[in-house]
Amino acid sequence: MSKPLISKIVESVPPSGIRRFFDIILSMEGVISLGVGEPDFATPWTIRETGIYSLEQGYTTYTSNQGLLKLREAISNHLYHTYGLNYDPMEEILITVGVSEALDLALRAIINPGDEVIIPEPSYVSYKPCTLFSGGIPVVVPTYLKDGFKVTSSEIEKVVTDRTKVILLSYPNNPTGATMDREGLLEIAEVAKRHDLVVISDEIYGQLTYDDTYTPFPSIPNMKERTIFLDGFSKAYAMTGWRIGFACSIPEVIRAMTKIHQYTTLCASIIAQKAAIEAITKGNDRMYEMKNEYNRRRQLIVNGLREIGLPCFEPKGAFYAFPSIENTRLSSSEFAERLLLEEKVAVVPGEVFGRCGEGYIRCSYAVEQQLIEEALTRMDRFVKRYRK
Amino acid sequence: MKEILKILEQDAKVSPEKIATMVGLSVEEVKEKISELEKKKAIIKYRTVVDWEKAGEEVVYAFIEVKVTPERDHGFDAVASRIYRFPEVHSLYLMAGDYDLSVVIEGKSMKEIAYFVAEKLAPLEQVQSTATHFVLKRYKVDGVILEGKEEDRRLPITP
Ligand SMILES: Cc1ncc(COP(=O)(O)O)c(C=O)c1O
Repeated sequence: MSKPLISKIVESVPPSGIRRFFDIILSMEGVISLGVGEPDFATPWTIRETGIYSLEQGYTTYTSNQGLLKLREAISNHLYHTYGLNYDPMEEILITVGVSEALDLALRAIINPGDEVIIPEPSYVSYKPCTLFSGGIPVVVPTYLKDGFKVTSSEIEKVVTDRTKVILLSYPNNPTGATMDREGLLEIAEVAKRHDLVVISDEIYGQLTYDDTYTPFPSIPNMKERTIFLDGFSKAYAMTGWRIGFACSIPEVIRAMTKIHQYTTLCASIIAQKAAIEAITKGNDRMYEMKNEYNRRRQLIVNGLREIGLPCFEPKGAFYAFPSIENTRLSSSEFAERLLLEEKVAVVPGEVFGRCGEGYIRCSYAVEQQLIEEALTRMDRFVKRYRK
Repeated sequence: MKEILKILEQDAKVSPEKIATMVGLSVEEVKEKISELEKKKAIIKYRTVVDWEKAGEEVVYAFIEVKVTPERDHGFDAVASRIYRFPEVHSLYLMAGDYDLSVVIEGKSMKEIAYFVAEKLAPLEQVQSTATHFVLKRYKVDGVILEGKEEDRRLPITP
């Protein structure tokens, strides 16, 4: 072909920064990986068993586009009883193929070409590409260790223009583990109101918050009508492979998202939907057990990192520690690559999550305790060699 | 307290230092709490879950359903205490249902267990009948699955 084959937008998105590590790891043995972004637990058995049973019963069909009503009802109940959120299962909830799809739908449903999307960084790697794919323009706002990696309303307001359409929030945050307190959210709500902005809030780690501060954004007064709330089953219920999540918003938005979903995906897998019903109605004890286990490891890894001389912010949610590696004088990519080659420990360089993530690495503690300890021992040797 | 017990229930060898880090207390506080728990017998004992077969030892288990006549004033307790004092008795439970006592016996061979039932258990005055069931394979013991730990199937690096 003489015309460029690939679309300009797709060409403009750089390839994933972690691909390279994959190939190195696959050629090595005995690697301990703190690089994983998913639970180390397999899905709790009662949920898996429900999936098996639904296959046996012949649930191998499409569902309605919006998803099984029973699942939407269970989600509605759960959100009401846990957080006091009111979402009508008939019109305000859409079942999606993970938060990944929900995010894509949310952006495509409301972005016109050239609209700006404000993204606090460091952030999950999908936000900028998905914004670009939807025709929007990502506008990055850095967050800093000194603010506990919380985004401030003043930093947001600095970049608001008359093209700004969306603030994309993600707390508890991947990769920093930061959470927002209610006051911070109230201030952001003010900005959203003042400039008539939509807030897309990816709260996939909401249930994995280790103190009592978790405040879902739509629970802020008058914010429900400007919020698209995204959550899923991947992290809290250890269901990453099932590919199931959901979006909640006002009927107008859910209808628009459903329109795209209906023509591009049709529906989420019925087996995953059945299993998700079991998860949200019967899986919560097991979810709390897993969360308690993460919490123990969280203390262990944060302490361990500090002891080997890597200053580390105390994460309040998700399952990542995000220590500073500045005192090794290595860039985050150099650090990650050398640590892997020299000590066989895999971590994710902070720069993958945005420019202000440079100088940090992400260490997942969704990893067995013994392995965390062994990884820390290896990292200790490594840091001793490089620290100036 | 519950958090400390949960940690120790999974692994009795975790040091007080590590527990302190995990639960956010000082080492002294953790030690104090543990000794409190030991004193009031919330922590009964620290033991090891052994797979004797892997250690190359022959071990046989049997579940024995025992029907007994309860005694005036003592109910089932007196006969229970006569039974559980035998070291061969691994566990003993009072049951609701078709029989009264469930006795779990650990022995070196079926013969040894049969001998114990015939010589020690059945002849007890209060025992009306026994039904012995031998264990063929242990899959899960005290909450621990003995074989078939699930592999980590995750990709080594994901965003
Ligand atoms: C912040 C964040 N959002 C969304 C996702 C994707 O979740 P899902 O599996 O529901 O598509 C992830 C997965 O790593 C994540 O960390």
